Amino acid sequence: MTLAVHGLGIGGLVRDVTFGIARGERVGLIGESGSGKSLTALSIMGLLPEELAASGSVKLDGRELLGAPEKELSRLRGNEMSMVFQEPMTALNPAMRVGAQVAEPMRIHRKVRKDPEALLASVGLPGVARAYPHQLSGGQRQRVVLAIALANDPKLLICDEPTTALDVTVQAQILELILDGVRERECALLFITHDLAVVASVCERVLVMLDGEIVEAGTTRDVLTAPQHEYTKKLLAASDLEASR
Amino acid sequence: MMISVRDLERRYTRRDVHALRGVSFDVEAGQRFGIVGESGSGKSTLVRLLAALDKPTAGSVSFQGKRVDTLPERKLGFLRTELQIVFQDPMGSLDPRMRVRDIISEPLGRRDPARVSELLKAVGLPSDAAGRYPHQFSGGQRQRISIARALAPNPSVLIADEPVSALDVSVRKQILDLLASLVELYSLTLIFVSHDLGVVRHVCDRVAVMRRGEIVEIGDVDQVYDAPEHEYTRELLAAAPNLRAELARLRGGDDG
Repeated sequence: MTLAVHGLGIGGLVRDVTFGIARGERVGLIGESGSGKSLTALSIMGLLPEELAASGSVKLDGRELLGAPEKELSRLRGNEMSMVFQEPMTALNPAMRVGAQVAEPMRIHRKVRKDPEALLASVGLPGVARAYPHQLSGGQRQRVVLAIALANDPKLLICDEPTTALDVTVQAQILELILDGVRERECALLFITHDLAVVASVCERVLVMLDGEIVEAGTTRDVLTAPQHEYTKKLLAASDLEASR
Repeated sequence: MMISVRDLERRYTRRDVHALRGVSFDVEAGQRFGIVGESGSGKSTLVRLLAALDKPTAGSVSFQGKRVDTLPERKLGFLRTELQIVFQDPMGSLDPRMRVRDIISEPLGRRDPARVSELLKAVGLPSDAAGRYPHQFSGGQRQRISIARALAPNPSVLIADEPVSALDVSVRKQILDLLASLVELYSLTLIFVSHDLGVVRHVCDRVAVMRRGEIVEIGDVDQVYDAPEHEYTRELLAAAPNLRAELARLRGGDDG
């Protein structure tokens, strides 16, 4: 298991969450706002707000992350594990050229420097290294964020609603890039979304979260075509707008 | 004809943006008219012109046969009751310091507790909601408050501008179903603006697809979705995540 989460609890908001993601595996985490999806992701990254503490166990390649000193976590973040957030404008530094931002994780973790131009080109953005984030569109910014997240070939990539703020045609391109990037590196992917159609097209397995707990888990096919839990059924019915026309 | 738009253009000279480039269409009374497009397609500019909140650079907007684009604000009183808008973000469009009863009766210009409770009931909120403030409600409930306010002056046209884009899926469906039933109940003409093709198909009977300030395709919903004629419509449909198609693929056993 690249990522093994066991009995994770976060201050009563998330309770007894257990799952694993193998190398190269793509797992979706679905549920509505307030269900605890993002808190789960933040606790794995060691980025919980200070007033919240996580209990249980989160292991990356066998190494315990919960309770690990910040120094150790910062060596892992942006290196062995990285995250793509919903809003690229807030994830990027507005006063720094995007080429420099893509190079930053390699500089900080003293990795072999890949050419930032080439990394940007690999996410479909040739020749923009000298641009600032405000000069790019929302989709282009999210490509930059993805290039940063993948720069050090992480073992785990977490994407939290990465395409929710984007237009549909752009969304399709970004999803393709995420899939390509994950396949090339064989990284474990945790993909958070509220969109069942997106999770069906991206993930092999799905976890359904409700009020801080995982209420159903299984292969995407089983969970979406033969849901067991009432809530999953409800979510599917609500998502299928064609049904009740 | 409820609304007629002819050769509508809007340029923003200062920013050198040509937001609308010759848009023409008609909306009949009782129609549920969808406007679909991505960001920058001109949807929001069009909504502002339909509501006479902005003046076109060229072309005309007529409401029940009467030009409204040329009228000064003081003569637009009738449009301000006849045409109401529900916006995407209910928190941003509801005054946080006003109680729900005051929010809903504001367009009436007078207190009318009977009308307020009738409207609350119509949008599925309890009558004691009247004494509370917007922050005491969930996103879906706030959108119900916005809808109640929009219905207060008995409009004939309701414009819904991305009304469910900020909501969770289960709430989204409730609000869409509520809008559909209210349109029926009050014999409203609905103009429904969204970037989400699935949502538009669920609600509308006619749809216009916009791109870069132009309508590239317009027609009945089934025709446009099942047999799109314009390349861009096909592109949009192909790019939109489609749950039914994904489920069919999963059932077929092809794990792709």
